[in-house]
Amino acid sequence: MAHRDFCKMISRSKPGPGDGGKTGSWRVLRPILHTEKCIPVKAGKKACFNCWLYCPDCVVTKTIPPTIDLEYCKGCGICAEECPADAIDMVAEDTFSTEEK
Amino acid sequence: MHIIESGNVAAATGVKLSRAQVIAAYPITPQTPLTEKLSEFVESQELDAQYIPVESEHSAMAVCIAASTAGARAFTATSANGLLYMNEQLHWAVGARLPVVMCVANRGIGAPWTVWNDQQDSMSQRDVGWIQLYANDHQQIIDSVIKAFRLAQSVSIPVMVCYDGYLLSHTYMPFELPGQEQVDAFLPSFTPEHFLNPDEPGNFNTVTLPDTRAGVDGTVEPGYIEIRHNLHEDLRGALEVYGDIDAEYEKGCGRGGTPFIEQYRCDDAECVAVAIGSLSYQLRDVIDILREEGLRVGVMSVQMYRPFPDGAIVEALAGRKSVIVFEKALSYGNQGPLYADIKAALYSRGDRPPIQNYILGLGGREIKTSQLLDALKESCSAIEAFDDTPRWIGLKL
Repeated sequence: MAHRDFCKMISRSKPGPGDGGKTGSWRVLRPILHTEKCIPVKAGKKACFNCWLYCPDCVVTKTIPPTIDLEYCKGCGICAEECPADAIDMVAEDTFSTEEK
Repeated sequence: MHIIESGNVAAATGVKLSRAQVIAAYPITPQTPLTEKLSEFVESQELDAQYIPVESEHSAMAVCIAASTAGARAFTATSANGLLYMNEQLHWAVGARLPVVMCVANRGIGAPWTVWNDQQDSMSQRDVGWIQLYANDHQQIIDSVIKAFRLAQSVSIPVMVCYDGYLLSHTYMPFELPGQEQVDAFLPSFTPEHFLNPDEPGNFNTVTLPDTRAGVDGTVEPGYIEIRHNLHEDLRGALEVYGDIDAEYEKGCGRGGTPFIEQYRCDDAECVAVAIGSLSYQLRDVIDILREEGLRVGVMSVQMYRPFPDGAIVEALAGRKSVIVFEKALSYGNQGPLYADIKAALYSRGDRPPIQNYILGLGGREIKTSQLLDALKESCSAIEAFDDTPRWIGLKL
């Protein structure tokens, strides 16, 4: 059976920085990761990564510790909600100084 | 092993043997016993699947889309208005190239409300892009379901297996049960061409521009029209694949060999009647009677309606003295859909036969063998009277 290669063209693209610009500026709440509570950091090996799995914008890395790309993070808070170790706090953006932003 | 069961149970047993992993369905007459049987199989752990009850057919297809996107073998079933309620999700499932399999127990569409059989429901979905198979009896239902899963995963296109409501779904008939080992060998587990994989994140079916464009890594991503062209080409390619799948199935269990059309006493037939589903088997009785009277007639059923097997159909019909297409569906304001498709397929042939359309059985109106007999006699003896207007059988005006 030598058939054509099926399904070689679908709408599938690699996730990347949005066309809409640096959408992190929309953020009102900023996720702050307390690494001392973070499971992969404490275990010293790849584990959990619920923040990475659940982030709808793919801005969390699957690294130890996980990092969050604030250029694109919109502050939805799903990572904080899903973190089983309560290692992520959502902190109001206006508590950060202009330089920090 | 032969068993005697209903058409719905034949379908459910085919799904069980195919080891569907996710089933989501909403009950609707005459499909209901199929979903009930499947939920029994899951409850008794005869089938290791997630059975997800949903609040509508739209949700049923949405669940199948999600399950299939995750790589699971997904199944649903419906009828009539339930199928129409799914319509938007049917387009999505095929555009997303998901190998979902669905049974449709054919039923007329309201309004006015009807629960009885015709084929308007699935025929109205012919342009969605799903592959459509039609079964003539219980054996073909169970065999088609198993082959449908294999076809769907081979070409990444969803498949609809249609069979007449009540006439097949609720009648009992003996049929042979394929062995589980036989089906496992024929239908191995599979890895979809594209599926949700956290290690390889991707955006699926987001807003796709009219033109091609460069993705984040510089590769050119197709535009909408390229993706749709590819679907069409894959559907045409699916014809050959289904022929091979059917041949392989026949090798394993001895049944098959007629993947696209099935002909009965057509070898020397001058006039060929054409129908889809159980009506084609009813017509066999009529053909036998007419043969005894010396008329050279035969009947052909169309087993696969989309992609349209125009090659097999033209080969079977070109050069005949006449062709009569009986249909339990209508493209309102025009003609029967099968009639129009067959006519178009024969157009380029110099030896195209005169062709006449009959509409019958809508909303479950009983089709009497004597009516089919009269219609065939009438058309065989008066080919010059053929016109492009459908004739209706059994109207009481």
